[in-house]
Amino acid sequence: MTESSKPGNSYFSVHQKVHPRIVHGRFSRLRIAALFLTLGLLFGLPWLRWGDRQAFLHDLPARKFYFFGLVFWPQDLIYLTAVLVVAALALFLFTALAGRVWCGYACPQTVFTQVLVWIERWVEGDRASQIRLRKNGFSLPRTSKLVIRWLLWIAFALFTAFSTLGSFTPIRELGSRILAGSLGPWETFFLAFIVVAILLFAGKMREQVCIYMCPYARFQSAMFDRNTLIVSYDPARGEPRGARGKESAREALKPLGDCVDCTLCVQACPTGIDIRNGLQYQCIACTACIDACDEVMDKVGSPRGLVRYTTLNAMENLRTKILRPRVAAYGLLMAGIIAAVAVSLAHRVPVAFDVLRDRNAPYREARDGRIENVYRLKVLNMEEQARTYLLRASGLPGITVDYEAGDLDVTAGQVRDVPVRLRVAPDDLHEHSNEIELELFAADDAKISVRESARFLGPRPEEHDESDESKGEEHEGD
Amino acid sequence: MSEFTSSFWPWFIGIVSILSLLACFVFLIAVTRGKRPGEEETTGHVWDEDLRELNNPLPGWWRWLFHGTIAFAVVYLVLFPGLGFWSGTKGWSQEEQYRAEVASADATYGPIYARYESMDVETLAQDPEARKIGKRLFLNYCTACHGSDAGGAPGYPNLRDEEWKWGGTPEAIETTIVGGRAGNMVAWEPAVGKQGVAELVQYVLNFTGRASQPELVAAGQQKFEMLCFSCHRLSGKGNPAVGAPDLTNDIWQYGGSEQALTRTISGGRKGMMPAHGEFLGPAKVRLLTAYVYGLSKGS
Repeated sequence: MTESSKPGNSYFSVHQKVHPRIVHGRFSRLRIAALFLTLGLLFGLPWLRWGDRQAFLHDLPARKFYFFGLVFWPQDLIYLTAVLVVAALALFLFTALAGRVWCGYACPQTVFTQVLVWIERWVEGDRASQIRLRKNGFSLPRTSKLVIRWLLWIAFALFTAFSTLGSFTPIRELGSRILAGSLGPWETFFLAFIVVAILLFAGKMREQVCIYMCPYARFQSAMFDRNTLIVSYDPARGEPRGARGKESAREALKPLGDCVDCTLCVQACPTGIDIRNGLQYQCIACTACIDACDEVMDKVGSPRGLVRYTTLNAMENLRTKILRPRVAAYGLLMAGIIAAVAVSLAHRVPVAFDVLRDRNAPYREARDGRIENVYRLKVLNMEEQARTYLLRASGLPGITVDYEAGDLDVTAGQVRDVPVRLRVAPDDLHEHSNEIELELFAADDAKISVRESARFLGPRPEEHDESDESKGEEHEGD
Repeated sequence: MSEFTSSFWPWFIGIVSILSLLACFVFLIAVTRGKRPGEEETTGHVWDEDLRELNNPLPGWWRWLFHGTIAFAVVYLVLFPGLGFWSGTKGWSQEEQYRAEVASADATYGPIYARYESMDVETLAQDPEARKIGKRLFLNYCTACHGSDAGGAPGYPNLRDEEWKWGGTPEAIETTIVGGRAGNMVAWEPAVGKQGVAELVQYVLNFTGRASQPELVAAGQQKFEMLCFSCHRLSGKGNPAVGAPDLTNDIWQYGGSEQALTRTISGGRKGMMPAHGEFLGPAKVRLLTAYVYGLSKGS
């Protein structure tokens, strides 16, 4: 029990700014690699080209999403659902296996905070001088450093916002458009929003985002079990902790554990906790304390790993099971959905059409006496090349298709309205309403083909002989 | 304000809104006044011997968000017509917004159409780009009656064939679209009786060689030349000036069977093409004219 939880004391405490000490070591190198990978993707992806267009672009006004060779339409929304489900399952799987690796290595909050901390350190010096600078109140050096730091922060946030915006609007024109002040209202809003969000979340709030705001931080414990990888201090090895005196004096004292109580692990912690208090929900498993401790252990000549990656079972000398039912379930589900998406993408036909019956008349009689139904087709060419399609109807004997020449020449990415007439001889119509099927296929590629069902209406069998009369009736009142 | 609504409700809505805002403000002040972070206050409720309910102050940023919403509401209600009796200093209205949107659409698309406004219909009918636009306009505005393919429906003329009740020249088509047309076929049964109608039907069927009771044709001809010729002319070829259709070409807007013709002659027909000139403007009318004109030339 800490002091503040005793009755009579306030639960309220004013937030103390955390100045994480920057550490070096195996895991921080890994973390920096992850940072360069994720920031590289964010900054680099929009610049890649595919043919004569941007390879990665969500074109919201045109409702198209370009991903290298693929173009997704709003009709393909199911793939977005699949991506989100896979992302969620991946998060579950990795949490069950390796704990909060997402938080420690890949979360934008972690990555942006790291960059802003570097800038802060470069301008204001290390942890100690930062604290000293804050204590001294306002002075010229402090103010000038503050201004420089904020300018650099804003520059980084602007560049990040620019890159993010660049996957929603062509990035090559974006720079000049920003300078010319010709951004649309939403582009301006999101540019400002991203800058403010980065400065606020990664600059000012930092660990408070992880502790108080992040939903994942709250529900990740549901995926945890005793076999999940955690960052933990080994109290059996470390306690009782204590500073080392001279070698001779040390022998005389009661035997101390390996922890020299240097508090470097506490200083390195970006969320301001003491890892030696055990597993805490604030811990984002960033491993800064491992690197800090390893360095000290090397210096005092003790083996590394007083603070280390381990599991609750391993801490109690029990066997750690990697393959558990939940891991298998997350993994199988994820693999299943990925396989389904892959199969579906491989068989995706880049053309679609809707059939809308004309509403003004159920049917009419052509001059040759055949029954005629009119439809409007909405043809979507989802490819990046123009196509000439052909239309075929089936389901009634002798059914013929008629449309204006050139109406089914659809340019790349176009949605075209095509009026179509279908005709059937009255003797071949035995029902008032008949199910038919329309097939639209590319003239030069039989594999690009889609089918839609539709209804063909004719006279009711008993009214067939006086069809003219009844049709006139039906519409007189319109 | 419409004469059907009383002025009580606008005042009621306005006063309730203002009172609610004031109440929110007073409540907010009352519950947050005099509290400092760090001081502790309980609601006095205790459960299970030592569980107390704390009454901590709202964080400052949260409290100021509440004040912000009240300030927003005040500014909003001054600028926009939110209170029933107050129309707002910005003078905003739905009608004004609609007009502004139409104006901005006209500013965007006007130049595209302006190019076609001065071109004549014959040229436009040959221009593939103009035909495309015309087709889209037709699909938007005309298909409810004439069908997506302009093939018509019983009671609504087919625009793809060579029959033009009101004339098929570019000028006539444009006049039809701009001003609309009202066709009126008189009901003849009151004047000539059932027998007279039957005779007329046989005569009209005879134009296309389909008379089923040839013995009635002569009597029908007599009546036709007395009653019908003024619109449909003696030849039966009709008169575009009054929208009287040609009865000899076997194209029947209301059906060509004996029953349908009997109905037409005995009860009359009233056709109605609404005027579109004011609604569409000259450029769109010109493009539609060219498209419709081109349809009959093409087929």
